[in-house]
Amino acid sequence: MKTKTAKRPVSGARRRPGKLWQLRLYVAGQTSKSLAAFSNLKTICENHLNGRYRIEVIDLVQQPHLSKGDQILAIPTLVRKLPQPVRKIIGDLSDTEQVLIGLDLRPAD
Amino acid sequence: MKNRFHPAFPAARLPRCPTGVQGLDEITNGGLPRGRPTLVCGGAGCGKTLFAAEFLVRGATQFGEPGVFMAFEETEAELKANVASLGFDLADLIRRKRIVFDHIRIERGEIQETGDYDLEGLFVRLNHAIDSIGAKRVVLDTLEALFAGLPNEAILRAELRRLFRWLKDKGVSAVITAERGREQLTRHGLDEYVSDCVILLDHRVHESIATRHLRVVKYRGALHGTNEFPFLIGDEGLSVLPITSLGLNHKVSNGRVSTGIPRLDAMLSGRGFFRGSSILLTGTPGTGKTSFGACFAQAAAQRGERVLFFSFEESPNQIIRNMRSIGLSLEPLVQRNLLRFHSARPTLYGLEMHLATMFKEIATFKPSVVIVDPLTSLLVAGTDSETKGMVTRLMDYLKGMQITSLFTSLTHGGHVLEQSEIAMSSLMDAWLLLQDFEGNGERNRVLYVLKARGMAHSNQVREFLISNRGIDLVDAYIGPSGVLTGASRVAQAAREKAEALVSQQETARSKRELERKRAVLELQIAGLRSEFETDEAEMRRVGEQMGTRTRALTAGRTELARLRHADGNGVGAGVPEKFQANGKR
Repeated sequence: MKTKTAKRPVSGARRRPGKLWQLRLYVAGQTSKSLAAFSNLKTICENHLNGRYRIEVIDLVQQPHLSKGDQILAIPTLVRKLPQPVRKIIGDLSDTEQVLIGLDLRPAD
Repeated sequence: MKNRFHPAFPAARLPRCPTGVQGLDEITNGGLPRGRPTLVCGGAGCGKTLFAAEFLVRGATQFGEPGVFMAFEETEAELKANVASLGFDLADLIRRKRIVFDHIRIERGEIQETGDYDLEGLFVRLNHAIDSIGAKRVVLDTLEALFAGLPNEAILRAELRRLFRWLKDKGVSAVITAERGREQLTRHGLDEYVSDCVILLDHRVHESIATRHLRVVKYRGALHGTNEFPFLIGDEGLSVLPITSLGLNHKVSNGRVSTGIPRLDAMLSGRGFFRGSSILLTGTPGTGKTSFGACFAQAAAQRGERVLFFSFEESPNQIIRNMRSIGLSLEPLVQRNLLRFHSARPTLYGLEMHLATMFKEIATFKPSVVIVDPLTSLLVAGTDSETKGMVTRLMDYLKGMQITSLFTSLTHGGHVLEQSEIAMSSLMDAWLLLQDFEGNGERNRVLYVLKARGMAHSNQVREFLISNRGIDLVDAYIGPSGVLTGASRVAQAAREKAEALVSQQETARSKRELERKRAVLELQIAGLRSEFETDEAEMRRVGEQMGTRTRALTAGRTELARLRHADGNGVGAGVPEKFQANGKR
């Protein structure tokens, strides 16, 4: 994972018009938890969002001032900026079920 | 050189971080531990946040130490408004980058937990805030909000431990606030992690009067006052009132101040009280305590000294009017700003608030004499021990400022008179007792000096009169059953006058008798002398006759010798020397 830049769109092409999921992953350095979270997130997004997403990775070690905006305490934290409302998921996203609930991706049926 | 013996010095004193909170630095011997976290715990509304805010603001303004305020509960605007009431301009400090404010909001509902995490985000934020202004002080208010916001307590506890370690490594002096728990010091056991210094704040109500208390529960590696100290939140921040002053090292003065009653001064080895001493004046109702106080006040003010009169019973105008009736004119002194009254009902507010207002009045008016009338009224505002503590504190303060203080204290009839209401007589340097005696159908007031440290005071019980010319002590008349007062004193005076007259007449008579005796004696002396003179004349005549006869005899004998042609030597031998000598007389 290269997180030198603040914003790195990782999405595929927008194949389908529709609502775009804007996700922001906060990490602090390349720790094992951060790397795990990023790879878990990618997998989940590929499986469930199918190109309708953008992931922005923010490394607080590089840009500590950005922690204030989203009220980040826990690392890693995934913030769903869009669609509204904002949701926060903390942890390395290894519990896929919980991530889906957190992102509100769990189909009702 | 051999190893030199090093005496075991006590471990180097922990460096302190002064809080600037009035009184707290005194209790803790200089402040909170520098570079270490301090836990401040207490129930709701006991002033934790204000304590923390004052620590930061004073650090930034007085000690040149910028600070970071991390609030988990209040927003920036709220905190600004709250501390503005203490006279702190937080907005300005933030603008001038002396303080960084960071509000951390955690909503449990927004957070979904999905595996392992840590609180590195908090560390990053804190670190960033500290580094942005080079902060030396940090406040975390209150960390326990994290327990409500984060579901995994095991992770949280591990992270908190790491946080405190990190704060120490960072070298910042931190204040962490926490809610008081039911059985533990803190609700979530934060005291487990912060082991260097724990301060407990408390707000309790006793007989409808609320008092705040502060206690240093723990201060590792340092001496500190362990008692509970009342504190208050005034318009200039917190002030802690250390009851037991840590030192007894007042400067003392040898100067004296007059009591305003010359004959009372005489009882106090001629010159009155010591300047800067504390004087207790106890008495039953109506013995003239306030009058004595007013007399003292007037005397001091007329010397040009400033006098502050705290009255808890009467309004200033009432005192001025009443004292006019005994010939004291206080009003001109008030107008010349030499005398100031401060009247308040004792029940108006709690004890510590009274004390704070008194301190403030004293600090602004800068008096040389303070009168508290009466001290006992304050009893209703607090418990005995609190009042005693307050009096000690007040006295220490006054002594430190070299202010002479007079406290009146009401004793009730039937009590042991020589026992002051709150056992504070031992704190006082001088103690005057006013009392009234009943007898012969009248009540008379007497006064005595029970103690006066450092001077040879009179032990005489004296009657005093309050007239329209003020207070005056009258001569002591001692009767068979003690001091005579009132009518018995007058009767005794008359009796003594009559006795004096009789004795005067007696003396005159003796004198005349003596004169007569002298005249007789002198006559006798004259008679004797003339008798002697007669004898003397007779003696002289006899002597002369003897001389003549001897001469005639000698002449006859010489003639006889010449006629017989006797040897010349025989003449001398023939006449005895004794005769020659006698002949010369």
